[in-house]
Amino acid sequence: MSNIITAENLSFAYPPQEGKLAIPVFENLNLEIAEGSFTVVIGPNGCGKSTLAKQFNAVLLPSGGKVYVLGNDTSNEQTLLEIRRTVGMVFQNPDNQIVSNVVEEDVAFAPENLGVPSAEIRKRVDDALKTVGMYEFRNHAPHLLSGGQKQRIAIAGVLAMQPRCIVLDEPTAMLDPRGREEVIRTIRTLNRARGMTVVLITHHMSEAIDADRVLVFGNGGILADGSPREVFTQVELLRAANIDVPQTTALLYELKRQGWDLPLDALSTEECAEAIANALLTQTERSQK
Amino acid sequence: MLKDITLGQYFPGNTLVHRLDPRTKLILVVVYIVALFLAKSFLSYGLVLAFLVLAASISHIKPKALLSGMKPLMIIIVFTGLLNIFYTTGDDAPIVNWWIIKIYKAGLIAAFFMILRIMLLISGTFLLTYTTSPIALTDGLEALMSPLKKIKVPVHELAMMMCIALRFIPTLIEETDKIISAQKARGADFETGNLFRRAKALVPILVPLFVSAFRRADELATAMECRCYHGGEGRTKLKVLKYGKDDAIAFLAGILLLAGVIVLRTFGL
Ligand SMILES: Nc1ncnc2c1ncn2[C@@H]1O[C@H](COP(=O)(O)OP(=O)(O)OP(=O)(O)O)[C@@H](O)[C@H]1O
Ligand SMILES: [Mg+2]
Repeated sequence: MSNIITAENLSFAYPPQEGKLAIPVFENLNLEIAEGSFTVVIGPNGCGKSTLAKQFNAVLLPSGGKVYVLGNDTSNEQTLLEIRRTVGMVFQNPDNQIVSNVVEEDVAFAPENLGVPSAEIRKRVDDALKTVGMYEFRNHAPHLLSGGQKQRIAIAGVLAMQPRCIVLDEPTAMLDPRGREEVIRTIRTLNRARGMTVVLITHHMSEAIDADRVLVFGNGGILADGSPREVFTQVELLRAANIDVPQTTALLYELKRQGWDLPLDALSTEECAEAIANALLTQTERSQK
Repeated sequence: MLKDITLGQYFPGNTLVHRLDPRTKLILVVVYIVALFLAKSFLSYGLVLAFLVLAASISHIKPKALLSGMKPLMIIIVFTGLLNIFYTTGDDAPIVNWWIIKIYKAGLIAAFFMILRIMLLISGTFLLTYTTSPIALTDGLEALMSPLKKIKVPVHELAMMMCIALRFIPTLIEETDKIISAQKARGADFETGNLFRRAKALVPILVPLFVSAFRRADELATAMECRCYHGGEGRTKLKVLKYGKDDAIAFLAGILLLAGVIVLRTFGL
């Protein structure tokens, strides 16, 4: 599989405040995002996840090194629009990314900016709204919708650009459990049914469980990188970096410390329950013998 | 509490008037206002009133809705009326002549026309906002003013600003409500004290409101950039404004109104 985003020796520091030294957010970072993959980025507050995400579509430019999107350098002015339409971005607060007070007008914003002909915009808007399951709400005012619905409108607004990759920066942080579920389901469908590359930044470990890849960020670099099973079994490392592990892993880890013979990589609730049931069964069998 | 505020209220509908191109409606309102200011006699005022009543009845907007919109402006209307009554002098003998107050018949007529004119003016513009969504209105204004781009008027930017302002009014009102509740919970008192104290009590509301508005603006700007916003250049529209047969009829009605008023005026009727 080819890579859609490539970061080479990426360094970045925000402009320093007066009289202070610029503290780099990250230094010499190398990273690839494979086309069609579902990557979840986790890490403690302030470690630079949002900053990294903004490098992916040239909202921020590297202070050192390069970021390439489908081979285009993000610091090249000429291909700026090309990059932004390839990598769409959804932010935390849906209220602050919706521009119009009619849902369909908002979804049309990106294709309008790209100069897409009206008939084609219509098609894209309807398609995007249907994908996120908000078609019936196309004539509503966004401020009357729930948080989860608003966030799905924001996702539709990005989809209407027809990006190849969508980066979501804590899209569920402001939502209640139901809204969170709606949004996560939408994102998953995009990846599975449409083959869209997804980069999801989150603090909710449950959202990371069925990703293709989990990236653990911290101390200006990548602490761990691999499949959810590979990453979450490194409980000590994650705890040392102040990162939660999924509740299932936490449970298994504690039980294991108490002497139970359990695998740490049973991530989903079902797998976890099954592993514990099995362990209990072997225990009783052993005691009966 | 603050949620009840409505700005440029819009009553969605699907009548002929609702369906008209926003540009047509904007132009018609201008024609209507010109006709109103050219009107001089009972007959011509009657013509303008008939035009308004016709438009209102086609659009299913109730007279009550039009009149209720006038409530906040009642003081101005009454005050203008009184001024006209007391300050117009006629040639004939005053009807009332008491102390320093002299009221002439001409004054009563002038006041009547003035009040009628203001009320017709307000209801006409209200009818526009009642039947046109703010977005359509913005689109219409942008299209009508686009020739001004030639003399470097930032028409697209103004329209965009208006659109975003409309979008964020409900959000900011909601936020103000929240801040007021939060400050009340901390023991802030907005209801007692003299005017000065009450004005001072507003500071802890306005400061967080402004801080949050700036943060929102910053995030919105980033989100817009991420969606490829780069000014009005090369921009297309989801809904292209198009004049239809209805618009031709509406324009015809507008021309008839204006012609009627001008004819009545030249013949001094
Ligand atoms: N606009 C800015 N100007 C200066 N410094 C900033 C700016 N934005 C973020 N920072 C700093 O950069 C570092 C990384 O911030 P960033 O927002 O990328 O972290 P994050 O991983 O997204 O955190 P969170 O999980 O809280 O969202 C932080 O130390 C932060 O203080
Ligand atoms: Mg962040």
